[in-house]
Amino acid sequence: MTGFPILSLITFLPLLGAFLVLTIRGDAALVARNARFVALWASGVTFVMSLFLWIGFDTTTAEFQFQDRMEWMPAFKISYHLGVDGISMLFVLLSTLLTPICILASWESIKVRVKEYMVAFLVMETMMVGMFSALDIILFYVFFEGVLIPMFLIIGVWGGPRRVYAAFKFFLFTLVGSVLMLLAILAMYFVAGTASIPELMRFGFPTGMQTWLWLAFLASFAVKLPMWPVHTWLPDAHVEAPTAGSVILAGVLLKFGAYGFLRFSLPMFPDATVAFTPLIYALSIIAVIYTSLVALAQEDMKKLIAYSSVAHMGFVTVGTFTLTVQGIEGAIFQSLSHGIVSGALFLVVGVVYDRVHSREIATYEGLVHRMPAYGLVFMLFMLASVGLPGTSGFIGEILILVGAFQANTWVAALTATGLVLGAIYMLYLYRRVVFGKLTKEDLKKLLDLSPREMAVFAPLIVLVFVMGIYPGPFLDVMHVSVDNLINSIEVARAGAGNVALVGR
Amino acid sequence: MQIAAVFLPLLGAAIAGILAFVTPAAKESRRRIDRLAQTASCASLLLAAVAAGFVFVDVVVNKNAGTVHLLTWITSGTFEVSWALKWDTLSAVMVLMVTFVSAMIHVYSVGYMAHDGSVPRFMAYISLFTFFMLMLVTSDNLVQLFFGWEGVGLTSYLLIGFWYTRPSANAAAIKAFLVNRVGDFGFILGIFGTYVLFDSIQLDTIFAAAGGQADATMAAFGGEFHALTVICLLLFMGAMGKSAQIGLHTWLPDAMEGPTPVSALIHAATMVTAGVFMVARLSPLFEYSEVALTVVTLVGATTAIFAATVACVQTDIKRVIAYSTCSQLGYMFFACGVSAFSAGIFHLVTHAFFKSLLFLGAGSVIHAMSDEQDMRNMGGLWKMIPVTYTVMWVGSLALAGIWPFAGFYSKDIILEAAYAAHTGVGAYAFWMGIAAAFLTAFYSWRLLILTFHGTPRADERVVAHVHESPKMMLIPLIVLAAGALFTGYLGAPWFVGEGAPGFWESAILVLPAHPALENAHHVPLWVKYLPLGVGVAGIALAYIMYLLAPGLPGAVLARFRGVHRFLVHKWYFDELYDAVFVRPAFYLGRQFWKVGDGALIDGLGPDGLAAATVDIARRGGRLQSGLVYHYAFAMLIGVVLLISWYFLVQAG
Repeated sequence: MTGFPILSLITFLPLLGAFLVLTIRGDAALVARNARFVALWASGVTFVMSLFLWIGFDTTTAEFQFQDRMEWMPAFKISYHLGVDGISMLFVLLSTLLTPICILASWESIKVRVKEYMVAFLVMETMMVGMFSALDIILFYVFFEGVLIPMFLIIGVWGGPRRVYAAFKFFLFTLVGSVLMLLAILAMYFVAGTASIPELMRFGFPTGMQTWLWLAFLASFAVKLPMWPVHTWLPDAHVEAPTAGSVILAGVLLKFGAYGFLRFSLPMFPDATVAFTPLIYALSIIAVIYTSLVALAQEDMKKLIAYSSVAHMGFVTVGTFTLTVQGIEGAIFQSLSHGIVSGALFLVVGVVYDRVHSREIATYEGLVHRMPAYGLVFMLFMLASVGLPGTSGFIGEILILVGAFQANTWVAALTATGLVLGAIYMLYLYRRVVFGKLTKEDLKKLLDLSPREMAVFAPLIVLVFVMGIYPGPFLDVMHVSVDNLINSIEVARAGAGNVALVGR
Repeated sequence: MQIAAVFLPLLGAAIAGILAFVTPAAKESRRRIDRLAQTASCASLLLAAVAAGFVFVDVVVNKNAGTVHLLTWITSGTFEVSWALKWDTLSAVMVLMVTFVSAMIHVYSVGYMAHDGSVPRFMAYISLFTFFMLMLVTSDNLVQLFFGWEGVGLTSYLLIGFWYTRPSANAAAIKAFLVNRVGDFGFILGIFGTYVLFDSIQLDTIFAAAGGQADATMAAFGGEFHALTVICLLLFMGAMGKSAQIGLHTWLPDAMEGPTPVSALIHAATMVTAGVFMVARLSPLFEYSEVALTVVTLVGATTAIFAATVACVQTDIKRVIAYSTCSQLGYMFFACGVSAFSAGIFHLVTHAFFKSLLFLGAGSVIHAMSDEQDMRNMGGLWKMIPVTYTVMWVGSLALAGIWPFAGFYSKDIILEAAYAAHTGVGAYAFWMGIAAAFLTAFYSWRLLILTFHGTPRADERVVAHVHESPKMMLIPLIVLAAGALFTGYLGAPWFVGEGAPGFWESAILVLPAHPALENAHHVPLWVKYLPLGVGVAGIALAYIMYLLAPGLPGAVLARFRGVHRFLVHKWYFDELYDAVFVRPAFYLGRQFWKVGDGALIDGLGPDGLAAATVDIARRGGRLQSGLVYHYAFAMLIGVVLLISWYFLVQAG
């Protein structure tokens, strides 16, 4: 559309960087150093490029923008087709922002196979951006599954002691879900005769078929998100993954599920969506309450934050299925906010893990004595995580709950218990790690945040507050697309003879 | 001016906050950093107070009420929220009171915290708190109100846990945050209810539409209820948490773990009164719900008496005052409950002066006693710290409602209004209020006598060290004492007297059906004199029990051991909550984790499948014996089974 293939450029620039990294030869220390710099530059430039998407984004249309289209397999009507709308654009930016931050965060903690590590991250960035901008369902599936490979390697090669178990658990869970989704994609492709996502959105599948397709997609998205009870891969994966792996996992990969619901389940299977909404509510509420309580019992910092992710993503699914403007915008906003906040919390854990090499909460106490700046950074992200007004976490949660209250007051009330429960485990964690006396010998020599670490946190802190105090630029992007999504569901429902079941 | 009054404290907080991270090794330069942080925050607060004075004149005297729009906050569909400052009499009064008391406490803190290791951090926190409090009271919509609400909760949490090496302080801080969050859970649902009913959360919009929705119903929680009642009750839940009303009060006494200036500022004068402010601010909603007003009255009156009984048996000087605060907040609430909102706000203002005075006086005592807080280890201090002694008397007289001190005016009008409401709950509130007034006077003089009179019971070394506080602490005490003396007399005509209609303008709505405050001026004489009478009686009883007949408390205690234990354990609320909420939460968390996730989901899911696969493979492996006849035999069996099955199916 724009003539200049900016979206393709953003998608494949990291891959180009990965090839560059691969060509680096020579002395091991030099290779590692150069690999880091090339990766940082490649992802940094990609991020700057992606900002042009936001600047050039037309907030008055729900159409896909910055479309790039090329024939791929014309005989099968499968094409290479990219484009973003108000739902996906900010997810692209989230991916391009977190990748350079992750590379910077891995600067010193990754010491072996640095070259391969950087290649894995850059390949993953291509997959993530491609996933969020693919407008062809086959292409989407390629990216969606492609992400698994670098992430599997990152956990399996650079992970902790139980990394192989965790990597396989992660791989198997997600793959089982994806296989069902692949069957559904094939079914849709044969019935509709097209692989184009915009055309599939307009196709209107028969109600009976929608049920099966919806369930098949759920299998995949529920695992990715993750929803209770298919969430158990997440704590293991997080615990074993290196810090930056956890950041991407929590920050971007979990959002695949949320995005999937918004891109496929809601617009393509509206009847099934409405029919299954109670199921989603039930699973989400269980996720919020159950995993919050589980988080309270954790002794491992990363596990605790992993469980908190499940609870927060429970909010996202509630918001999505309220089919209200506030609920869906809140769900998108919460996804973005959670991407930044939980990513930052994993980085916060990574800071002390790099120093002490333990994730056990009991190892720590009174860190604020030696690390006041760390204490402040941890505090800010903790507050964003509990959704304090003025931080990004609040905007997402309040919008989701506004939507939920309109759809069903019980759902709103039960989900809102997450506000209380979330505060319990986060404050309790913070107290045990940061406050108290400093008595342990090995903690007395800790150094506060280094300039590199501050550089990692600074953009995230700024974003948490900007999104919390002036979220307009983020919400404005979504308005038209979300309105359009809700309208199209209403139209489809009315067309199918089901009158106004959507929200209130 | 209007922006300066609200945002200057934020500036002060930012400067002090940055200085908190400058930690030079040399003691001398550290002192200089401390001095700089103190100067910046005190100056910003004093300037804010001056600005607030100008705004007050502008808004209340010159009638320039209005809203200052700052920035758009959230827009999503019709859910629109702005950052804005709403100025009317109510917010101007609150801003003036908050900035003034806060400025005094900032100055006091310079002296009180002089020997602390993290002065800039402390100054940053209390300035930040003041900013959040000002955002709360000037909010023109419910979400910004919630922003200030949670913000003061956060700073309260930070300040209670200020001495973070103490486990008890950390526990108290978390408790305060969480109990408040429970209240906020209701508050936020109330906001959603308001939005659903009015399609707006803008105060002016919903107030204008409230009358039209007076009979509206709302489908909520499985039934069809009176909409404004649902909304008001949910919002009131937030007020109960913040203002430590019975049920959600347990955090306030524990909050005394924080430094004393914090107790004075946050847990007496400002933050805890936010709930009362909220109910008064939302008077145009509460007025249309009889049920909600009744609940407010009942909760307020019950808290007033409950907290007063507990205050009588506390031995920690700050805890006595904390329970007293709880009890006085109850008065403010039942005033609002009988539609005497302006009387509630009047008491809020006078209480802010005399209660922060009492806390700061107690702080001065604690300072003098080398951080001793237990009154059993005090006594006989009055000659050694005469200024503190005097201001404590002033504060106590005001609290007990003795003429002409501030509490006399504000407490009396509340009790008279409760009587004049001529309703069942009004009468309940009146009699509970009278009983609590008696107890208030009793525990206040119990505190005075135990602390200042009798023989010194402290360690000799401590007694030798007792000294009057520095000027930086005494000046704010004297200023606040003046407030405790005069605010009642000066304020009464405007807040609740004949000047009230012109003073409040449209800031508070009272329907003609609720004339309690007007009738309060025409109650029988005994109603007017009874509060004063029971106050004097309470003082007399305290003198008898603790000075004239020292054996009496022991005898009473022996006679009513059960009652005493019940009161010492604060009606067993903490024990109950621990058993019902805290332990089960941890237990459930562990069970869900180990049994739910571990045994059930993983056990039946991935691990179970993996184990089963391995198992099958192993069994399969065992079959491979390598002997040909085994394989041949197996094949034969297979063929037999196949043929049998074929014939069975054919035959069937």
